[in-house]
Amino acid sequence: MAPLLSVKNLLVEFKTRAGIAKVLNNVSLDVHSGEILGVVGESGCGKSMTALSIMGLVPSPPGNVAGGTIELNGEDLLSASNKRLHQMRGKEISMIFQEPMTSLNPVFKVGHQIAEAILLHEKTTKSLAWERSVKMLDRVGIPEAAIRANSYPHEMSGGMRQRVMIAIALACNPKLLIADEPTTALDVTVQAQIFDLLRELQRETGTAIIMITHDMGAISELADRVAVMYAGHIIETGDTKDILSKPQHPYTRGLIACVPHLEENPSEERPYLAEIPGVVPPLTDLGKGCTFAPRCDFRTDDCTGSQPSLSKISDQHSVSCFNLNTVAS
Amino acid sequence: MDLALIFLRRLSHAVLLVLAVLVLNFLLIHLAPGDPADVIAGEMGGATEEMLAEIRELYGLNKPVIVQLGIYLGRAVQGDLGQSFFYNAPVSELILGRIGPTILLVTAALSFAIFVGTFLGVLASYKPKGFLSGFVTLFAVIGYSAPIFWTGLMLVIVFAWLIPVFPIAGMYDVTLDNGPVGRVLDILHHLILPALTLGIVYIAQYARLTRASMLEILGSDYIRTARAKGVSGPKIYGYHALRNAIIPIVTIAGLQFGSIVSGAVLVETVFSWPGLGTLAFDSILARDYPTVLGILFFSAVLVIVANLITDIVYRFVDPRIRTGG
Ligand SMILES: Nc1ncnc2c1ncn2[C@@H]1O[C@H](COP(=O)(O)OP(=O)(O)OP(=O)(O)O)[C@@H](O)[C@H]1O
Ligand SMILES: [Mg+2]
Repeated sequence: MAPLLSVKNLLVEFKTRAGIAKVLNNVSLDVHSGEILGVVGESGCGKSMTALSIMGLVPSPPGNVAGGTIELNGEDLLSASNKRLHQMRGKEISMIFQEPMTSLNPVFKVGHQIAEAILLHEKTTKSLAWERSVKMLDRVGIPEAAIRANSYPHEMSGGMRQRVMIAIALACNPKLLIADEPTTALDVTVQAQIFDLLRELQRETGTAIIMITHDMGAISELADRVAVMYAGHIIETGDTKDILSKPQHPYTRGLIACVPHLEENPSEERPYLAEIPGVVPPLTDLGKGCTFAPRCDFRTDDCTGSQPSLSKISDQHSVSCFNLNTVAS
Repeated sequence: MDLALIFLRRLSHAVLLVLAVLVLNFLLIHLAPGDPADVIAGEMGGATEEMLAEIRELYGLNKPVIVQLGIYLGRAVQGDLGQSFFYNAPVSELILGRIGPTILLVTAALSFAIFVGTFLGVLASYKPKGFLSGFVTLFAVIGYSAPIFWTGLMLVIVFAWLIPVFPIAGMYDVTLDNGPVGRVLDILHHLILPALTLGIVYIAQYARLTRASMLEILGSDYIRTARAKGVSGPKIYGYHALRNAIIPIVTIAGLQFGSIVSGAVLVETVFSWPGLGTLAFDSILARDYPTVLGILFFSAVLVIVANLITDIVYRFVDPRIRTGG
């Protein structure tokens, strides 16, 4: 079956004072209808930029999409007209953001902000759109939705605002929802609620979701597949259970080992709190070798020569590493 | 919080403020050198010591300042601002006859500045490094540094003399008699140049302010949200961003009302606009204390009322203030 979204060899660059930053390098990923793709990776690795590229919202200047293709249902988004993009945003693809506190317009009622999305994409009346936005608020679990629709964002908590964002994003039944760290700014109990809500809505509507998160626990519960990013590259991708139980790339292994755990016996290999030593290299000066090489325990001479390509090790599982055999043993 | 309650609280502050203004102005004027009795006598064509004493007696100028202040305040609260030495008429009547044209001029200039300035600012924010943006900055610098009377004279030279489309002075054409509509149009015709002169400084300021706040707002998360839901360019600028950019504009408009009233003095003098400004100018030259005091009092009241209105408008444009109390 053809994927719903297909991103191929995406290149995104940013002009900075230090030179051209290669923020995304040959990023390729597919999302199929109705699935949840998890995207993980440490801060600054390009997760949000991948999302914004798909939305056509890379801030430009200083950013620009320098190459690659993005297709939604076979339609090329990078060459689509502005008019077509406006039609698609909010209708076919929606996005929710990391910062619920600042992502809603402070001067409009939340009901109005949901209704606006409906009015933009569907032929309906203002009062019908308002009714639908009250229904959406109810669906995302906001109590007394008819009254809350008249609230302004500042009258709501962060968790509530993120629910409103979800209501806006799902108001027109998009085929794809991009959730960019939707819970990072929220406290733990609220995080779990938001994840539950997203999963529930996903089951009801069949919307595909790209779930960007730092939360490995959420990935293991929600995602069907996972893509792991490092310094603008996708370095491993596969089914969630494969990635979590048989991670191949040294970085993915490190990332999983970093999840704090409370097992009885912390060991040298598995302490309570692990970390990957070193930092991400500057994106303006990546060199020609594997971007992870400077931090990698399994580094060989090959690694500093060129960037390994993402190659299949099984039907679903791909990794970009030269030393899979040594890493595995 | 209840709007009426806030209004009442502000009103009581305003009353105290007006009282303080009265006392301060009164003392300032009486500290300044010069004896009004001399001036009055001069108007009458010279006088003897006896006549001077008589004049002082008549206007209460021989009593200690503090007593004079008491009398003045006592009368002021009853709406009696004394008698003008120069026009020989009650000050409150003089002022009420002149306040209309000033309010007309000031509100026309201010609304003109706000609308045009905001419009230019929004256009400039569309291309922050474009031609229009540069023009707005240049215009702001010129508008800000050119003295009002100079701008006024230039406009008169261009639009009343070289291309005579507007009248040079006054508020209406006395020879004209063509019914109420014609009269209103005539006043508007006379209003354009003075309002333009007074407004031009502020257009530039509003354009700069709008450009700056639009640029900040356009980079904010909620604008990204609007784009993500499919809102197109013009609506992002003209609705989502502008609706937020209005908030600082309202604040500044309220703060500037005072300076625009004082600017009106110059403009009215240049254009012989029959408002408080010309009255102030004439009565200062004539050392007509009661009238000067009365005008200062009324302009303070104008500014305070304008600030009250700003406060209320502010509550409508910024919901965070409305519910936050
Ligand atoms: N306006 C900009 N100018 C220059 N570089 C930028 C700009 N915005 C982002 N970047 C760079 O792009 C890279 C990718 O950023 P991105 O926001 O996609 O990271 P992320 O993976 O979403 O991180 P986080 O987990 O912190 O959200 C970062 O290294 C960042 O420095
Ligand atoms: Mg991010």
